[in-house]
Amino acid sequence: MSTQGQPWMISVFLLAVFLTGWHLFTLRPAFDPKGKTDEQLQLMEFNGDIVRTPEGGYAWNPEKEKVKGVPGPLMVFDKARMELAEAFVKKGTNDHGIAYLVVYTVSRFAAGFLAASVVAIMLGVLLGLNKALFQAVNPFIQILKPISPLAWMPLLLYTVKDPKWTAVLVVFMAAIWPTLATTAFGVTSLRKEYLHVAAILQLSWFKRLYKVILPGAAPTIVNGLRISFGSALVAVVPAEMLLGELGVGYLSWIEWNNLDIAGVIFAILVVGVVGVILDSGFNKLAGLVTYQE
Amino acid sequence: MAFLQIDHMTKFFPSHSGGSPVCIFKDVTIKIEKGEFVTTIGHSGCGKSTLLNIIAGLESATEGGVILNGREAAGPGLDRMVVFQNFALMPWMTVFDNIRLAVRAAYPDWDREKIAAHVHKYIALVGLKGAETKRPTALSGGMKQRVGLARAFAIEPKVLLLDEPFAQIDALTRGVIQEELIQMWNATRNTVFMVTHDVDEAILLSDRILLMTNGPGARIAENVIVTIPRPRARVTVIEHPHYYKIRNHIIHFLVEHAKHDDVEVASGASDGKSPRVVDFEKESLILR
Repeated sequence: MSTQGQPWMISVFLLAVFLTGWHLFTLRPAFDPKGKTDEQLQLMEFNGDIVRTPEGGYAWNPEKEKVKGVPGPLMVFDKARMELAEAFVKKGTNDHGIAYLVVYTVSRFAAGFLAASVVAIMLGVLLGLNKALFQAVNPFIQILKPISPLAWMPLLLYTVKDPKWTAVLVVFMAAIWPTLATTAFGVTSLRKEYLHVAAILQLSWFKRLYKVILPGAAPTIVNGLRISFGSALVAVVPAEMLLGELGVGYLSWIEWNNLDIAGVIFAILVVGVVGVILDSGFNKLAGLVTYQE
Repeated sequence: MAFLQIDHMTKFFPSHSGGSPVCIFKDVTIKIEKGEFVTTIGHSGCGKSTLLNIIAGLESATEGGVILNGREAAGPGLDRMVVFQNFALMPWMTVFDNIRLAVRAAYPDWDREKIAAHVHKYIALVGLKGAETKRPTALSGGMKQRVGLARAFAIEPKVLLLDEPFAQIDALTRGVIQEELIQMWNATRNTVFMVTHDVDEAILLSDRILLMTNGPGARIAENVIVTIPRPRARVTVIEHPHYYKIRNHIIHFLVEHAKHDDVEVASGASDGKSPRVVDFEKESLILR
Protein backbone atom coordinates (compact mmCIF):
# COMPACT_ATOMS: atom_id res chain seq x y z
CA MET A 1 0.00 0.00 0.00
CA SER A 2 1.18 3.48 -0.79
CA THR A 3 2.01 5.36 2.39
CA GLN A 4 2.15 8.71 0.65
CA GLY A 5 -1.59 9.22 0.55
CA GLN A 6 -2.17 8.18 4.18
CA PRO A 7 -0.30 10.56 6.45
CA TRP A 8 -2.78 9.99 9.28
CA MET A 9 -1.92 6.29 9.27
CA ILE A 10 1.72 7.15 9.75
CA SER A 11 0.67 9.50 12.57
CA VAL A 12 -1.25 6.71 14.26
CA PHE A 13 1.66 4.34 13.77
CA LEU A 14 4.15 6.83 15.23
CA LEU A 15 1.85 7.41 18.21
CA ALA A 16 1.54 3.68 18.78
CA VAL A 17 5.31 3.25 18.62
CA PHE A 18 5.78 6.12 21.04
CA LEU A 19 3.19 4.86 23.53
CA THR A 20 4.51 1.30 23.39
CA GLY A 21 8.07 2.50 23.84
CA TRP A 22 7.01 4.73 26.71
CA HIS A 23 5.09 1.89 28.31
CA LEU A 24 7.95 -0.61 28.01
CA PHE A 25 10.55 1.88 29.16
CA THR A 26 8.63 2.78 32.32
CA LEU A 27 7.46 -0.74 33.12
CA ARG A 28 8.70 -1.90 36.53
CA PRO A 29 9.09 -5.61 37.28
CA ALA A 30 6.53 -7.02 39.74
CA PHE A 31 7.70 -7.23 43.36
CA ASP A 32 9.74 -10.34 43.93
CA PRO A 33 9.93 -11.34 47.63
CA LYS A 34 12.60 -13.97 46.89
CA GLY A 35 15.81 -13.49 48.85
CA LYS A 36 14.18 -11.24 51.43
CA THR A 37 13.63 -12.26 55.03
CA ASP A 38 10.21 -11.92 56.70
CA GLU A 39 11.60 -9.09 58.81
CA GLN A 40 12.72 -7.19 55.73
CA LEU A 41 9.29 -7.67 54.16
CA GLN A 42 7.54 -6.50 57.32
CA LEU A 43 9.76 -3.42 57.42
CA MET A 44 8.98 -2.67 53.76
CA GLU A 45 5.29 -3.08 54.41
CA PHE A 46 5.61 -0.88 57.46
CA ASN A 47 7.36 1.78 55.35
CA GLY A 48 4.56 1.54 52.78
CA ASP A 49 6.82 0.34 50.00
CA ILE A 50 4.80 -2.85 49.50
CA VAL A 51 1.32 -4.03 50.32
CA ARG A 52 -0.18 -7.43 50.98
CA THR A 53 -2.28 -8.74 48.11
CA PRO A 54 -5.55 -10.58 48.82
CA GLU A 55 -3.80 -13.80 47.73
CA GLY A 56 -1.33 -13.46 50.61
CA GLY A 57 1.66 -12.37 48.56
CA TYR A 58 3.29 -8.96 48.31
CA ALA A 59 3.11 -6.25 45.60
CA TRP A 60 4.54 -2.75 45.19
CA ASN A 61 2.41 -0.11 46.88
CA PRO A 62 0.55 1.60 43.99
CA GLU A 63 0.37 4.86 45.96
CA LYS A 64 4.14 5.01 46.27
CA GLU A 65 4.60 3.92 42.66
CA LYS A 66 3.21 7.26 41.58
CA VAL A 67 6.31 9.09 42.71
CA LYS A 68 8.85 6.49 41.71
CA GLY A 69 10.45 6.81 38.31
CA VAL A 70 8.58 8.10 35.31
CA PRO A 71 4.91 7.05 35.14
CA GLY A 72 3.84 5.01 32.14
CA PRO A 73 1.10 5.91 29.68
CA LEU A 74 -1.50 3.85 31.53
CA MET A 75 -0.97 5.81 34.73
CA VAL A 76 -1.25 9.09 32.84
CA PHE A 77 -4.38 7.77 31.16
CA ASP A 78 -5.85 6.86 34.58
CA LYS A 79 -4.99 10.31 35.88
CA ALA A 80 -6.56 11.96 32.82
CA ARG A 81 -9.73 9.92 33.21
CA MET A 82 -9.95 10.93 36.85
CA GLU A 83 -9.34 14.60 36.14
CA LEU A 84 -11.78 14.72 33.24
CA ALA A 85 -14.44 13.01 35.33
CA GLU A 86 -14.05 15.85 37.83
CA ALA A 87 -13.63 18.52 35.16
CA PHE A 88 -16.44 20.68 36.51
CA VAL A 89 -15.92 20.06 40.21
CA LYS A 90 -14.54 22.67 42.57
CA LYS A 91 -13.04 20.85 45.53
CA GLY A 92 -11.44 23.80 47.23
CA THR A 93 -9.86 27.20 46.75
CA ASN A 94 -6.92 25.76 44.88
CA ASP A 95 -8.46 22.57 43.50
CA HIS A 96 -10.74 23.47 40.64
CA GLY A 97 -11.71 21.02 37.90
CA ILE A 98 -9.70 20.95 34.69
CA ALA A 99 -12.48 22.69 32.72
CA TYR A 100 -12.30 25.68 35.08
CA LEU A 101 -8.52 25.77 34.78
CA VAL A 102 -8.74 25.81 30.98
CA VAL A 103 -11.29 28.63 31.09
CA TYR A 104 -9.08 30.63 33.50
CA THR A 105 -6.05 30.25 31.26
CA VAL A 106 -7.89 30.97 28.03
CA SER A 107 -9.57 34.09 29.43
CA ARG A 108 -6.31 35.33 30.95
CA PHE A 109 -4.59 34.73 27.64
CA ALA A 110 -7.41 36.32 25.63
CA ALA A 111 -7.51 39.45 27.82
CA GLY A 112 -3.77 40.04 27.59
CA PHE A 113 -3.51 39.17 23.91
CA LEU A 114 -6.50 41.24 22.79
CA ALA A 115 -5.47 44.29 24.80
CA ALA A 116 -1.93 44.03 23.46
CA SER A 117 -3.19 43.60 19.89
CA VAL A 118 -5.44 46.65 20.05
CA VAL A 119 -2.70 48.83 21.55
CA ALA A 120 -0.04 47.46 19.19
CA ILE A 121 -2.14 47.92 16.05
CA MET A 122 -3.12 51.47 17.00
CA LEU A 123 0.45 52.44 17.84
CA GLY A 124 1.75 50.57 14.80
CA VAL A 125 -0.54 52.43 12.41
CA LEU A 126 0.46 55.72 14.01
CA LEU A 127 4.15 54.91 13.61
CA GLY A 128 3.65 53.53 10.11
CA LEU A 129 2.02 56.73 8.94
CA ASN A 130 4.65 58.98 10.46
CA LYS A 131 8.08 58.05 9.19
CA ALA A 132 9.97 60.45 11.47
CA LEU A 133 8.11 59.22 14.55
CA PHE A 134 8.75 55.60 13.51
CA GLN A 135 12.47 56.24 13.16
CA ALA A 136 12.50 58.01 16.51
CA VAL A 137 10.65 55.27 18.39
CA ASN A 138 12.16 52.27 16.61
CA PRO A 139 15.33 52.06 18.77
CA PHE A 140 13.16 51.76 21.88
CA ILE A 141 11.06 49.03 20.29
CA GLN A 142 14.21 47.17 19.32
CA ILE A 143 15.47 47.29 22.92
CA LEU A 144 12.15 46.36 24.51
CA LYS A 145 11.26 43.62 22.01
CA PRO A 146 13.82 40.96 23.02
CA ILE A 147 13.17 41.32 26.77
CA SER A 148 11.50 38.19 28.09
CA PRO A 149 8.00 39.09 29.28
CA LEU A 150 8.73 37.20 32.51
CA ALA A 151 11.54 39.62 33.26
CA TRP A 152 8.92 42.31 33.74
CA MET A 153 7.02 40.27 36.29
CA PRO A 154 8.59 41.46 39.56
CA LEU A 155 8.25 45.06 38.45
CA LEU A 156 4.65 44.54 37.35
CA LEU A 157 3.81 42.72 40.55
CA TYR A 158 5.34 45.56 42.53
CA THR A 159 3.44 48.24 40.62
CA VAL A 160 -0.01 46.68 40.17
CA LYS A 161 0.19 44.71 43.45
CA ASP A 162 -2.22 42.08 42.18
CA PRO A 163 -1.07 38.72 40.81
CA LYS A 164 -4.25 38.35 38.76
CA TRP A 165 -3.57 41.47 36.71
CA THR A 166 0.16 40.84 36.69
CA ALA A 167 -0.43 37.56 34.85
CA VAL A 168 -2.56 39.36 32.24
CA LEU A 169 0.09 42.05 31.91
CA VAL A 170 2.83 39.48 31.38
CA VAL A 171 0.80 38.10 28.49
CA PHE A 172 0.32 41.68 27.31
CA MET A 173 4.05 42.36 27.37
CA ALA A 174 4.72 39.14 25.47
CA ALA A 175 2.17 39.96 22.78
CA ILE A 176 2.69 43.65 22.12
CA TRP A 177 6.09 43.92 20.43
CA PRO A 178 5.83 41.63 17.40
CA THR A 179 2.44 43.07 16.44
CA LEU A 180 3.65 46.64 16.96
CA ALA A 181 6.75 46.18 14.83
CA THR A 182 5.01 44.35 11.97
CA THR A 183 2.01 46.68 11.92
CA ALA A 184 4.27 49.68 11.55
CA PHE A 185 6.17 47.84 8.83
CA GLY A 186 2.96 46.78 7.08
CA VAL A 187 1.63 50.33 7.02
CA THR A 188 4.89 51.84 5.74
CA SER A 189 5.16 49.22 3.00
CA LEU A 190 1.55 49.65 1.91
CA ARG A 191 1.53 50.24 -1.85
CA LYS A 192 1.33 53.94 -2.37
CA GLU A 193 -1.26 53.73 -5.17
CA TYR A 194 -3.82 52.73 -2.54
CA LEU A 195 -3.07 55.89 -0.60
CA HIS A 196 -3.14 57.87 -3.84
CA VAL A 197 -6.62 56.58 -4.60
CA ALA A 198 -7.70 57.42 -1.06
CA ALA A 199 -6.23 60.91 -1.44
CA ILE A 200 -7.95 61.56 -4.77
CA LEU A 201 -11.26 60.31 -3.38
CA GLN A 202 -10.77 62.70 -0.45
CA LEU A 203 -11.57 60.01 2.08
CA SER A 204 -11.72 61.22 5.65
CA TRP A 205 -8.89 60.25 7.96
CA PHE A 206 -11.06 57.66 9.65
CA LYS A 207 -12.35 56.17 6.40
CA ARG A 208 -8.82 56.09 5.02
CA LEU A 209 -7.81 54.13 8.10
CA TYR A 210 -10.46 51.44 8.10
CA LYS A 211 -11.19 51.24 4.35
CA VAL A 212 -7.64 51.39 3.03
CA ILE A 213 -4.80 51.33 5.55
CA LEU A 214 -5.98 48.59 7.92
CA PRO A 215 -7.27 46.16 5.29
CA GLY A 216 -4.25 46.88 3.12
CA ALA A 217 -1.82 46.13 5.91
CA ALA A 218 -3.95 43.27 7.28
CA PRO A 219 -1.85 40.37 5.93
CA THR A 220 1.28 41.83 7.51
CA ILE A 221 -0.55 42.67 10.73
CA VAL A 222 -1.86 39.10 10.93
CA ASN A 223 1.69 37.78 10.59
CA GLY A 224 2.69 39.95 13.53
CA LEU A 225 -0.32 38.78 15.52
CA ARG A 226 0.66 35.20 14.82
CA ILE A 227 4.13 35.76 16.29
CA SER A 228 2.60 37.61 19.24
CA PHE A 229 0.13 34.81 19.71
CA GLY A 230 2.86 32.20 20.03
CA SER A 231 4.94 34.30 22.36
CA ALA A 232 1.92 35.06 24.57
CA LEU A 233 1.00 31.39 24.71
CA VAL A 234 4.53 30.57 25.83
CA ALA A 235 4.39 33.30 28.49
CA VAL A 236 1.06 32.41 30.08
CA VAL A 237 2.20 29.06 31.54
CA PRO A 238 5.25 30.26 33.51
CA ALA A 239 3.31 33.37 34.54
CA GLU A 240 0.70 31.17 36.17
CA MET A 241 3.38 28.99 37.77
CA LEU A 242 5.29 31.89 39.27
CA LEU A 243 2.26 33.87 40.37
CA GLY A 244 0.26 30.89 41.62
CA GLU A 245 -2.74 31.88 39.56
CA LEU A 246 -5.14 29.03 38.85
CA GLY A 247 -4.83 27.73 35.31
CA VAL A 248 -3.36 24.92 33.26
CA GLY A 249 0.18 26.22 33.77
CA TYR A 250 -0.44 26.29 37.50
CA LEU A 251 -1.83 22.75 37.32
CA SER A 252 1.51 21.50 36.10
CA TRP A 253 3.26 23.17 39.02
CA ILE A 254 0.80 22.06 41.70
CA GLU A 255 1.02 18.47 40.48
CA TRP A 256 4.78 18.74 40.79
CA ASN A 257 4.31 19.99 44.35
CA ASN A 258 2.06 16.97 44.92
CA LEU A 259 4.87 14.82 43.49
CA ASP A 260 2.28 13.50 41.03
CA ILE A 261 4.35 13.08 37.88
CA ALA A 262 1.43 11.59 35.95
CA GLY A 263 -0.47 14.77 36.82
CA VAL A 264 2.42 16.86 35.50
CA ILE A 265 2.36 14.97 32.21
CA PHE A 266 -1.41 15.35 32.02
CA ALA A 267 -1.06 19.11 32.60
CA ILE A 268 1.52 19.33 29.81
CA LEU A 269 -0.90 17.57 27.45
CA VAL A 270 -3.69 19.96 28.45
CA VAL A 271 -1.43 22.95 27.71
CA GLY A 272 -0.80 21.45 24.27
CA VAL A 273 -4.50 20.88 23.58
CA VAL A 274 -5.39 24.42 24.71
CA GLY A 275 -2.68 25.75 22.40
CA VAL A 276 -4.03 23.81 19.43
CA ILE A 277 -7.59 25.02 20.08
CA LEU A 278 -6.53 28.67 20.39
CA ASP A 279 -4.30 28.41 17.34
CA SER A 280 -6.97 26.96 15.07
CA GLY A 281 -9.39 29.66 16.22
CA PHE A 282 -6.77 32.27 15.40
CA ASN A 283 -6.17 30.81 11.94
CA LYS A 284 -9.89 30.97 11.19
CA LEU A 285 -9.95 34.65 12.13
CA ALA A 286 -6.79 35.36 10.15
CA GLY A 287 -8.31 33.79 7.05
CA LEU A 288 -11.11 36.36 7.16
CA VAL A 289 -8.90 39.42 6.86
CA THR A 290 -6.13 38.35 4.50
CA TYR A 291 -6.26 38.80 0.76
CA GLN A 292 -4.19 37.91 -2.29
CA GLU A 293 -2.33 40.54 -4.26
CA MET B 1 -8.08 80.91 -20.26
CA ALA B 2 -8.10 77.24 -21.11
CA PHE B 3 -10.17 74.75 -19.08
CA LEU B 4 -7.08 73.00 -17.78
CA GLN B 5 -3.85 74.91 -17.79
CA ILE B 6 -0.45 73.73 -16.66
CA ASP B 7 1.33 76.98 -16.09
CA HIS B 8 5.11 77.38 -16.40
CA MET B 9 5.72 74.25 -14.43
CA THR B 10 9.20 73.13 -13.38
CA LYS B 11 10.09 70.10 -11.32
CA PHE B 12 13.34 69.35 -9.57
CA PHE B 13 14.12 66.05 -7.86
CA PRO B 14 16.78 65.82 -5.16
CA SER B 15 19.79 64.10 -6.66
CA HIS B 16 20.60 60.56 -5.52
CA SER B 17 24.28 61.30 -5.06
CA GLY B 18 23.46 64.27 -2.85
CA GLY B 19 24.58 66.88 -5.37
CA SER B 20 22.49 69.68 -6.77
CA PRO B 21 18.84 68.82 -7.57
CA VAL B 22 18.08 67.32 -10.98
CA CYS B 23 15.69 69.20 -13.22
CA ILE B 24 13.07 66.78 -14.54
CA PHE B 25 11.24 69.20 -16.78
CA LYS B 26 11.40 72.91 -17.19
CA ASP B 27 8.87 75.62 -17.85
CA VAL B 28 6.16 73.35 -19.19
CA THR B 29 2.97 75.09 -20.26
CA ILE B 30 0.02 73.07 -21.52
CA LYS B 31 -3.42 74.40 -22.32
CA ILE B 32 -6.28 71.94 -22.67
CA GLU B 33 -9.78 72.96 -23.67
CA LYS B 34 -12.89 71.44 -22.19
CA GLY B 35 -13.70 68.09 -23.80
CA GLU B 36 -10.28 67.76 -25.36
CA PHE B 37 -8.27 64.53 -25.35
CA VAL B 38 -4.61 65.42 -25.07
CA THR B 39 -1.78 62.92 -24.90
CA THR B 40 1.85 63.40 -23.96
CA ILE B 41 4.40 61.03 -25.46
CA GLY B 42 7.99 60.75 -24.39
CA HIS B 43 10.67 58.26 -23.53
CA SER B 44 10.75 56.61 -20.11
CA GLY B 45 12.17 58.97 -17.53
CA CYS B 46 11.27 62.18 -19.34
CA GLY B 47 8.96 63.07 -16.48
CA LYS B 48 5.62 62.59 -18.18
CA SER B 49 4.23 60.50 -15.32
CA THR B 50 5.55 63.03 -12.83
CA LEU B 51 3.75 65.72 -14.81
CA LEU B 52 0.52 63.71 -14.61
CA ASN B 53 0.97 63.11 -10.89
CA ILE B 54 1.44 66.84 -10.32
CA ILE B 55 -1.78 67.58 -12.20
CA ALA B 56 -3.48 64.95 -10.03
CA GLY B 57 -2.07 66.67 -6.94
CA LEU B 58 -0.20 63.55 -5.83
CA GLU B 59 3.15 65.29 -6.24
CA SER B 60 4.01 68.94 -6.03
CA ALA B 61 5.72 71.11 -8.61
CA THR B 62 8.86 73.02 -7.78
CA GLU B 63 7.58 76.01 -9.73
CA GLY B 64 4.36 76.78 -11.54
CA GLY B 65 0.92 75.35 -10.98
CA VAL B 66 -2.25 73.82 -12.33
CA ILE B 67 -5.31 75.89 -13.09
CA LEU B 68 -8.56 74.01 -13.58
CA ASN B 69 -11.68 75.87 -14.63
CA GLY B 70 -10.18 79.18 -13.56
CA ARG B 71 -9.10 78.01 -10.11
CA GLU B 72 -5.79 76.73 -8.89
CA ALA B 73 -5.89 72.98 -8.31
CA ALA B 74 -3.52 72.14 -5.47
CA GLY B 75 -3.54 68.75 -3.80
CA PRO B 76 -5.53 65.72 -4.93
CA GLY B 77 -9.25 65.98 -5.50
CA LEU B 78 -12.28 64.27 -6.96
CA ASP B 79 -12.25 66.65 -9.94
CA ARG B 80 -9.06 65.00 -11.28
CA MET B 81 -9.34 61.22 -11.24
CA VAL B 82 -6.42 59.05 -12.26
CA VAL B 83 -6.51 55.74 -14.11
CA PHE B 84 -3.33 54.11 -12.90
CA GLN B 85 -0.89 52.06 -14.91
CA ASN B 86 -1.00 49.25 -12.33
CA PHE B 87 -4.76 49.63 -11.83
CA ALA B 88 -4.54 50.54 -8.10
CA LEU B 89 -7.60 48.50 -7.24
CA MET B 90 -7.94 47.51 -3.60
CA PRO B 91 -7.33 43.74 -3.66
CA TRP B 92 -9.41 43.22 -0.49
CA MET B 93 -12.52 44.68 -2.11
CA THR B 94 -14.76 43.24 -4.79
CA VAL B 95 -15.17 44.95 -8.16
CA PHE B 96 -18.42 46.46 -6.93
CA ASP B 97 -16.92 47.69 -3.66
CA ASN B 98 -13.93 49.22 -5.44
CA ILE B 99 -16.20 51.36 -7.60
CA ARG B 100 -18.67 52.02 -4.79
CA LEU B 101 -15.89 53.40 -2.59
CA ALA B 102 -15.27 56.04 -5.25
CA VAL B 103 -18.94 56.77 -5.94
CA ARG B 104 -19.71 57.15 -2.23
CA ALA B 105 -16.82 59.56 -1.91
CA ALA B 106 -17.94 61.58 -4.93
CA TYR B 107 -21.62 61.73 -3.99
CA PRO B 108 -21.77 61.66 -0.20
CA ASP B 109 -25.44 62.67 -0.07
CA TRP B 110 -26.71 59.86 -2.29
CA ASP B 111 -28.57 56.99 -0.63
CA ARG B 112 -27.60 53.32 -0.87
CA GLU B 113 -29.86 52.45 -3.79
CA LYS B 114 -28.80 55.39 -5.89
CA ILE B 115 -25.14 54.60 -5.32
CA ALA B 116 -25.65 50.91 -6.16
CA ALA B 117 -27.55 51.78 -9.34
CA HIS B 118 -24.81 54.17 -10.41
CA VAL B 119 -22.11 51.55 -9.78
CA HIS B 120 -24.06 48.92 -11.71
CA LYS B 121 -24.49 51.32 -14.61
CA TYR B 122 -20.75 51.81 -14.98
CA ILE B 123 -19.97 48.11 -14.47
CA ALA B 124 -22.34 47.39 -17.35
CA LEU B 125 -20.73 50.15 -19.41
CA VAL B 126 -17.32 48.43 -19.28
CA GLY B 127 -18.89 45.02 -19.90
CA LEU B 128 -18.13 43.57 -16.49
CA LYS B 129 -21.66 42.47 -15.64
CA GLY B 130 -21.43 39.25 -13.65
CA ALA B 131 -18.01 40.08 -12.22
CA GLU B 132 -19.32 42.44 -9.51
CA THR B 133 -18.52 40.12 -6.62
CA LYS B 134 -15.11 39.06 -7.91
CA ARG B 135 -11.93 40.33 -6.37
CA PRO B 136 -9.26 41.95 -8.55
CA THR B 137 -7.00 38.90 -8.13
CA ALA B 138 -9.53 36.83 -10.06
CA LEU B 139 -9.50 39.23 -13.01
CA SER B 140 -7.19 39.49 -16.02
CA GLY B 141 -5.19 42.67 -16.59
CA GLY B 142 -7.67 43.90 -19.15
CA MET B 143 -10.62 43.35 -16.82
CA LYS B 144 -8.78 45.07 -13.98
CA GLN B 145 -8.27 48.16 -16.07
CA ARG B 146 -11.91 48.09 -17.12
CA VAL B 147 -12.70 48.36 -13.42
CA GLY B 148 -10.18 51.20 -13.17
CA LEU B 149 -11.89 53.01 -16.07
CA ALA B 150 -15.35 52.38 -14.63
CA ARG B 151 -14.21 53.76 -11.28
CA ALA B 152 -12.76 56.85 -12.93
CA PHE B 153 -15.74 57.56 -15.20
CA ALA B 154 -18.23 56.80 -12.41
CA ILE B 155 -17.23 59.79 -10.31
CA GLU B 156 -17.59 62.03 -13.37
CA PRO B 157 -14.44 64.07 -12.82
CA LYS B 158 -13.73 67.36 -14.56
CA VAL B 159 -10.48 65.90 -15.88
CA LEU B 160 -9.55 62.30 -16.42
CA LEU B 161 -5.86 61.54 -16.07
CA LEU B 162 -4.70 58.36 -17.78
CA ASP B 163 -1.23 57.23 -16.70
CA GLU B 164 -0.08 54.70 -19.32
CA PRO B 165 -3.38 52.93 -18.71
CA PHE B 166 -2.85 50.04 -21.12
CA ALA B 167 0.88 49.45 -20.67
CA GLN B 168 0.37 46.33 -18.59
CA ILE B 169 -2.29 44.77 -20.79
CA ASP B 170 -1.55 42.30 -23.57
CA ALA B 171 -1.60 43.73 -27.09
CA LEU B 172 -4.80 42.05 -28.27
CA THR B 173 -6.86 43.06 -25.25
CA ARG B 174 -5.33 46.54 -25.35
CA GLY B 175 -6.94 47.27 -28.73
CA VAL B 176 -10.35 46.18 -27.49
CA ILE B 177 -10.16 48.33 -24.38
CA GLN B 178 -8.92 51.30 -26.37
CA GLU B 179 -12.08 51.15 -28.48
CA GLU B 180 -14.19 50.81 -25.34
CA LEU B 181 -12.48 53.89 -24.00
CA ILE B 182 -13.33 55.74 -27.24
CA GLN B 183 -16.98 54.81 -26.78
CA MET B 184 -17.02 55.90 -23.15
CA TRP B 185 -15.30 59.13 -24.04
CA ASN B 186 -17.75 59.74 -26.90
CA ALA B 187 -20.60 59.36 -24.45
CA THR B 188 -19.16 61.66 -21.79
CA ARG B 189 -16.82 63.97 -23.72
CA ASN B 190 -14.60 64.23 -20.68
CA THR B 191 -11.48 66.32 -20.70
CA VAL B 192 -8.66 63.79 -20.77
CA PHE B 193 -4.94 64.10 -20.23
CA MET B 194 -3.06 60.90 -20.99
CA VAL B 195 0.60 59.94 -20.93
CA THR B 196 1.84 56.98 -22.90
CA HIS B 197 4.74 55.72 -24.96
CA ASP B 198 2.49 53.90 -27.43
CA VAL B 199 2.30 55.99 -30.61
CA ASP B 200 -0.64 54.11 -32.18
CA GLU B 201 -2.62 54.41 -28.98
CA ALA B 202 -1.99 58.14 -28.88
CA ILE B 203 -3.10 58.66 -32.49
CA LEU B 204 -6.21 56.53 -32.07
CA LEU B 205 -7.39 58.32 -28.95
CA SER B 206 -6.14 61.89 -28.97
CA ASP B 207 -7.06 65.25 -30.42
CA ARG B 208 -3.54 66.52 -29.88
CA ILE B 209 -0.26 64.81 -29.05
CA LEU B 210 2.43 66.65 -27.12
CA LEU B 211 5.94 65.39 -27.76
CA MET B 212 8.29 65.61 -24.83
CA THR B 213 12.07 65.67 -25.11
CA ASN B 214 14.24 63.46 -22.93
CA GLY B 215 15.17 64.55 -19.45
CA PRO B 216 16.81 66.00 -17.55
CA GLY B 217 15.36 69.37 -18.26
CA ALA B 218 12.69 67.91 -20.54
CA ARG B 219 10.25 70.20 -22.31
CA ILE B 220 7.29 69.94 -24.63
CA ALA B 221 8.86 70.38 -28.05
CA GLU B 222 5.98 69.77 -30.43
CA ASN B 223 2.22 69.88 -30.47
CA VAL B 224 0.95 67.43 -33.10
CA ILE B 225 -2.66 67.86 -34.15
CA VAL B 226 -4.27 64.50 -34.94
CA THR B 227 -6.01 65.47 -38.17
CA ILE B 228 -8.08 62.30 -38.40
CA PRO B 229 -11.82 62.85 -38.04
CA ARG B 230 -13.84 61.15 -35.34
CA PRO B 231 -15.43 58.74 -34.77
CA ARG B 232 -12.33 56.62 -35.07
CA ALA B 233 -11.90 52.89 -34.98
CA ARG B 234 -8.73 50.84 -35.01
CA VAL B 235 -9.35 49.37 -38.46
CA THR B 236 -10.39 52.56 -40.20
CA VAL B 237 -7.98 54.97 -38.59
CA ILE B 238 -4.95 53.40 -40.27
CA GLU B 239 -6.49 53.95 -43.70
CA HIS B 240 -6.57 57.71 -43.28
CA PRO B 241 -3.83 59.38 -45.39
CA HIS B 242 -2.53 61.32 -42.39
CA TYR B 243 -2.14 58.27 -40.13
CA TYR B 244 1.31 57.20 -41.26
CA LYS B 245 2.42 60.80 -41.72
CA ILE B 246 1.63 61.51 -38.09
CA ARG B 247 2.98 58.18 -36.92
CA ASN B 248 6.26 58.56 -38.83
CA HIS B 249 6.62 62.12 -37.62
CA ILE B 250 6.23 61.09 -33.99
CA ILE B 251 8.51 58.08 -34.27
CA HIS B 252 11.09 60.19 -36.06
CA PHE B 253 10.88 62.68 -33.24
CA LEU B 254 11.22 59.98 -30.59
CA VAL B 255 14.22 58.42 -32.33
CA GLU B 256 16.01 61.59 -33.39
CA HIS B 257 14.87 64.80 -31.80
CA ALA B 258 14.18 63.57 -28.33
CA LYS B 259 17.90 63.07 -27.87
CA HIS B 260 18.70 66.64 -28.81
CA ASP B 261 19.32 69.07 -26.03
CA ASP B 262 17.18 72.04 -25.22
CA VAL B 263 18.80 74.53 -27.59
CA GLU B 264 18.48 72.45 -30.72
CA VAL B 265 14.86 71.57 -30.14
CA ALA B 266 14.08 75.14 -29.27
CA SER B 267 15.52 76.28 -32.58
CA GLY B 268 12.75 74.37 -34.33
CA ALA B 269 10.08 76.18 -32.36
CA SER B 270 8.76 79.51 -33.54
CA ASP B 271 9.40 81.67 -30.46
CA GLY B 272 11.80 79.39 -28.63
CA LYS B 273 9.31 78.80 -25.79
CA SER B 274 6.01 77.41 -26.97
CA PRO B 275 6.01 74.06 -28.78
CA ARG B 276 6.04 73.89 -32.55
CA VAL B 277 2.59 73.11 -33.91
CA VAL B 278 2.50 70.23 -36.38
CA ASP B 279 -0.72 70.18 -38.39
CA PHE B 280 -0.91 68.00 -41.48
CA GLU B 281 -4.00 69.85 -42.72
CA LYS B 282 -1.63 72.73 -43.34
CA GLU B 283 1.05 70.97 -45.37
CA SER B 284 3.14 74.12 -45.68
CA LEU B 285 4.11 73.86 -42.04
CA ILE B 286 5.76 70.53 -42.59
CA LEU B 287 9.41 70.78 -43.33
CA ARG B 288 9.93 67.16 -44.29
